[in-house]
Amino acid sequence: MRDRRPGEGMTLTVRTITRLTAGLILLFGFSIAIEAHGAPGGGFAGGVIIALAFIHLILGFGKRACRRNLSRTFPSFAARLDAPLLISVAMAALLCAFTAHSALAGRGLDMEPYGALLEEALQLFVAVTVAAGLVAIFSGLAAMRIDRR
Amino acid sequence: MDILLSVVAVSLGAAFAVPLAARRRRAPAALAAGAAFLLLCLSAAVAARVPRGGILLHRAGGWPPPFGVVLVADGLSAVMLVTINAAVFLAALYSSEYARRYTGEWRFFTLLLLMAAGMNGVVLAGDLFNLLVFVEIAAFSAYALVAFGTASEELEASFKYAVLGILSTNFVLFGIALIYGSCSTLNMADISLALADGRRGAGYAGFVAAVFVFGFGLKSALVPFHAWLPDAHSSAPAPVSALLSGVLIKTLGVYALARVLFNVVGMTPAASRLLMALGGLSMAAGAALALGQWDMKRLLAYSSISQVGYIVLGLGLGTPLGVAGALFHLVNHSVFKSLLFLNAGAVEHATGMRDLRRMGGLGGRMPVTAATSMIASLSIAGLPPLSGFWSKLAIVAACVGAGRPGYAALAVLVSVLTLAIVMRLQRYAFFGEPGGRWDGVGEVPAPMRIAMCALALACLLGGLLAIPTVGGRFIGRGAEALLAGGGYAEKVRAAAPEGAWCGSRGGAGAARRASARGGG
Amino acid sequence: MTAYLLASLLFLVGIYSAATKRNLIKIIIGLGISGYAINLFFVLLGYRAGGRAPIFPEALAAGEMVDPLPQALVLMFIVVGLGATSLLSALAVRLYEKHGTFDVRRMRRLRG
Repeated sequence: MRDRRPGEGMTLTVRTITRLTAGLILLFGFSIAIEAHGAPGGGFAGGVIIALAFIHLILGFGKRACRRNLSRTFPSFAARLDAPLLISVAMAALLCAFTAHSALAGRGLDMEPYGALLEEALQLFVAVTVAAGLVAIFSGLAAMRIDRR
Repeated sequence: MDILLSVVAVSLGAAFAVPLAARRRRAPAALAAGAAFLLLCLSAAVAARVPRGGILLHRAGGWPPPFGVVLVADGLSAVMLVTINAAVFLAALYSSEYARRYTGEWRFFTLLLLMAAGMNGVVLAGDLFNLLVFVEIAAFSAYALVAFGTASEELEASFKYAVLGILSTNFVLFGIALIYGSCSTLNMADISLALADGRRGAGYAGFVAAVFVFGFGLKSALVPFHAWLPDAHSSAPAPVSALLSGVLIKTLGVYALARVLFNVVGMTPAASRLLMALGGLSMAAGAALALGQWDMKRLLAYSSISQVGYIVLGLGLGTPLGVAGALFHLVNHSVFKSLLFLNAGAVEHATGMRDLRRMGGLGGRMPVTAATSMIASLSIAGLPPLSGFWSKLAIVAACVGAGRPGYAALAVLVSVLTLAIVMRLQRYAFFGEPGGRWDGVGEVPAPMRIAMCALALACLLGGLLAIPTVGGRFIGRGAEALLAGGGYAEKVRAAAPEGAWCGSRGGAGAARRASARGGG
Repeated sequence: MTAYLLASLLFLVGIYSAATKRNLIKIIIGLGISGYAINLFFVLLGYRAGGRAPIFPEALAAGEMVDPLPQALVLMFIVVGLGATSLLSALAVRLYEKHGTFDVRRMRRLRG
């Protein structure tokens, strides 16, 4: 096995397998996140798996290739975007609860089914936050130049 | 909004508001100082509102204890809150000039306010888990702040501090797991009542106490666990050193330890002896190690170990006078040690050096720094009219009163050693002929001078707290809260709405249950 | 009981590694292991033989579920552990920049 410069990724075998599996891992992560309302800490676990797919790619292909193809600012942007998203879900949930308990409830405006949808959305957002946070931390650490002496 | 919640919310909110103001040049500093001043006012209000022998309680989300998260303020929390926020305010004011040397000033102020938020949360937390979470918030900000200068030795100090800090967190979490395993609750009042029942967890309460002493002892740098402190406290930026030495080790270490030992697990003679031994050892070893230091901030850091030893010794005595003296010394130490670190920072700011061997004669060039430093030095050494004298006197008298003359003699001896240490600092830094070396050196900017003068004034007037009618409202109530022991739990239970308390009933409840069982 | 003993063994492995290794990365890994051991211990405390996941369906008594509280707390502490690991590795990377090595014997303050 020939020596590689740091940051150039691993061998062809590893890279091919990474290419094949990363998508599957991503899919698995999203499926966990969507099933999250029925499992304890589901959004979090799904988010960790989604992040692992990206970390897998960074490890397999090396940070140079990733720097060309993956945006470095996007993960941290996504992590920050989530605060407004979560707040909007909370507001929507409040609205649902309000209409469910107000006079509107009896006049054919039933908000009950939206509750499950909101829960789903909340867990998905949690998953995305966790994934974005983990990828941001990992790529932040990977982007530090350690080959300087 | 509830006042207890607002103390935590303002500090956290301000911490995250600082990055939003990062673009304006002076805004982060102004925002941080303003928020810290607001916090100081809020904590004074808390201290004024805590009823004598009672508590203030906030139920987060309206859930009653022991199920919901509660914020509890009693006399001890009030003492700690005022001390912490006064130190944070003056450090923030001082930093508004000092932190200009750093790129990304807003990061500095964000971390500073996060540290304040963590400390405020620690003293208000009503359950062990939130206590640990807030400890982590404060500790992580401290690790990052120690490494803020990113010089090699700062990174090393921060690494060492972080490794030992995380180790201590693991031990504390282990202790919490043990307590949860036997009491099935994390609310401190509920744990205390469950342990008082005597049926659950009594067998290894001593072991749990030992785990907590190790965990929190590592955070408060008692002597066998002190290795990280001199590096971390001397590497941090000066206002941060002032906070680390002044309030952080006391909040995360001494306060948490005292709360758990006195109010939750219950003080035993063994724990009392252990605390006294650790305190005595820290006092002696810290002072002995400080004598040989040439780095100004390292010298002060070792002296912090020694002074924390006094506090732990007083707490270990467990007598009313000892505990009151310990709390009084805690407040005083946070004042004069913060001041000494700010002085060291001012000297470093003006001359760019910390090595005592290369200084001398700065007194004429920096009159405010020299004068305030002198006041702090005399106070830490315990000279009569100043604040340090009264608290040390109380601790020494309590030692004699508790029949421990050996510790009393040690406390007096260490006090003399401390005088030698600080006078050495004065002599090498400020006394003597300036020569031509300091021609370009002048006094530091106004905000730094104001912070130092305010602390010096507190040193001068701190002795007034020794008067029972003045200090009794403040220090005395803190000591009462600690000495009440299980009374803390009774007060939290009484503050819960009638019939809401579903946790343990304590001794009375157990007796009632036993008689009911006997009758049936 | 065996599970508790194994968790304490894991804790000791972590502490041993953090205390005796000379490589910054191995110290970080050791601390991580000791943290996981404590988390494992905490989750085990809440386990009930044959208990199922603590989700609240209709026809199930609370007694048939494992204790959810330790799981929630451990989830929190996994995140704290993540923060600790990332902070320590950032420090380690910066130290590598300065010294060109992860060996603590080459660093003045950490030698002891």
